[in-house]
Amino acid sequence: MENFINIQVIQNVVYIISSVMFILGIKMLGKEATAVRGNYLSALAMFSAVAVTCLSLEIDIKIILAGVIIGGLVGSLIAIKVKMTAIPEMVALFNGFGGLATFLIAWSQFNETGNSMFQHALIMLTIYIGGITFSGSLIAYGKLSEKLKLGKGSIITNIFISFFYLSMPALIYAIAEPSISQLIPQVPSYFLIFLGLTLIAGIGFVMPIGGGDMPVVISLLNSLSGIAAAFAGLLLLNNVLIVAGSLVGASGLILTVIMAKAMNRTIINILFVGYASSSQATSSEDQGEVKPITADDAYLILENASSVLVIPGYGMAVAQAQHVVREMGELLEDNGTEVKYGIHPVAGRMPGHMNVLLAEANVSYDLLAEPDDVNPSMDSIDVAIVIGANDVVNPSATEEEGSPIYGMPIIEVHNAKTVFVLKRSMSSGFAGVQNPLFFKENTRMLFGDAKESIGQIVAEFKD
Amino acid sequence: MEIYILLGFVLLLSIFLGLELIAKVPSTLHTPLMSGANAISGIALVGALMLSSAGQMQDLLAFGAILFASINVFGGYLVTNRMLSMFKKK
Repeated sequence: MENFINIQVIQNVVYIISSVMFILGIKMLGKEATAVRGNYLSALAMFSAVAVTCLSLEIDIKIILAGVIIGGLVGSLIAIKVKMTAIPEMVALFNGFGGLATFLIAWSQFNETGNSMFQHALIMLTIYIGGITFSGSLIAYGKLSEKLKLGKGSIITNIFISFFYLSMPALIYAIAEPSISQLIPQVPSYFLIFLGLTLIAGIGFVMPIGGGDMPVVISLLNSLSGIAAAFAGLLLLNNVLIVAGSLVGASGLILTVIMAKAMNRTIINILFVGYASSSQATSSEDQGEVKPITADDAYLILENASSVLVIPGYGMAVAQAQHVVREMGELLEDNGTEVKYGIHPVAGRMPGHMNVLLAEANVSYDLLAEPDDVNPSMDSIDVAIVIGANDVVNPSATEEEGSPIYGMPIIEVHNAKTVFVLKRSMSSGFAGVQNPLFFKENTRMLFGDAKESIGQIVAEFKD
Repeated sequence: MEIYILLGFVLLLSIFLGLELIAKVPSTLHTPLMSGANAISGIALVGALMLSSAGQMQDLLAFGAILFASINVFGGYLVTNRMLSMFKKK
């Protein structure tokens, strides 16, 4: 007995130290200079917490070793193999597995006898959040990797959505079951039904949300997986789970809010309304003609430009054009041109997506600027090159009050002296809103694959 | 019940701390931060290791929880590290 208490004391002291390391680690992750060390510190915290937990185990060590070794190998393999353009779906997938782990923990706790009413409620809540995180993340993974094309409006989607709404009263029933099962007829094997329903609900939660809103969804799912872990900590009376889980929950929540703000929409609107019902009143008047340009002409203009701003979007990720964009940037700099990159917070499919791609291509991060940094001096920019971005440079957001995206902060490239828009076709952006930028006097359209178009410009510079 | 009040207190303070810590992170680091936080949510591994073992079903659940939490932990930290190593100032 004496010995047992000692182990518990050691465990709790180490848990406190781990919690502090997690806090410092996440703080250091938030600054460029310390981010790498912050990640190491957080990994060390994880290692200590896991190691000290192993001092008192009930589960067979073979099961543990099998789980950790297989899981570790699979996770490491995915992490090492994944292409940087596929990072959004990878984060979604890992996140889903974290949610699934808490789901299974709570399930296992349910099978224990002698749960108090409070514990019972915690179990149900953890299952609900963990389950939605898991299946929701899988759907987000499917959408981001473009394996899943179903979206808003299809019958299948609507069926899943109904299950999502049905899951809420089911959660209330599951929580209240021990106290009301005497009063109303019992639902047989309600627990298994509830397990299934939460998983289906997660599908219905994420399925109707469009690709362009994925930065918000990923942040939110990330937050939910943290909250699920924190609830599991309450359930198991473990403080390091609570602290670490809450930190993740809070950070995910902040990112969610930042993303929603960058779209000038509320979280509720993004999750449950979407663009389609915002407004149909987009002006359909004849906007004039677009002025196409060839790569040759684009090169001639760029050669004489003294300042160039590059605005990348999801299209750059799709075309895998980040490396050739960096090459063009360097050639322009050699030519005496000042080059900057204007990064909109919601460009791409997850928070900071463009930053990662440009970093992969070796673009120095001090060349990356946010909308507020570049907008005031936009009229001094000779050429703004829009690469596969659309809604984030749509002047309707500032000029056209009826537009669904009116009020969204944008990068105001239309104020630059010349704008090049690299695009595959004239289709509208994710929001389905026509972009008046394409018809402006100072805009030139460079149609075609972004990688090829820029490759041609690069080749011209080298000649 | 007191233990829950105490732990609830820890939970709330941690959330506030998290909100304060993250509020001013530059957008460059949004992805690594999210991925790093995602790795931390693999702390569920500690919870999985605490599960009891009584019968095949419980063992199976524990195995699943350990397996998936491990994928989350290893994958999360490695991918974050890979990403951060690309962020360089020239």
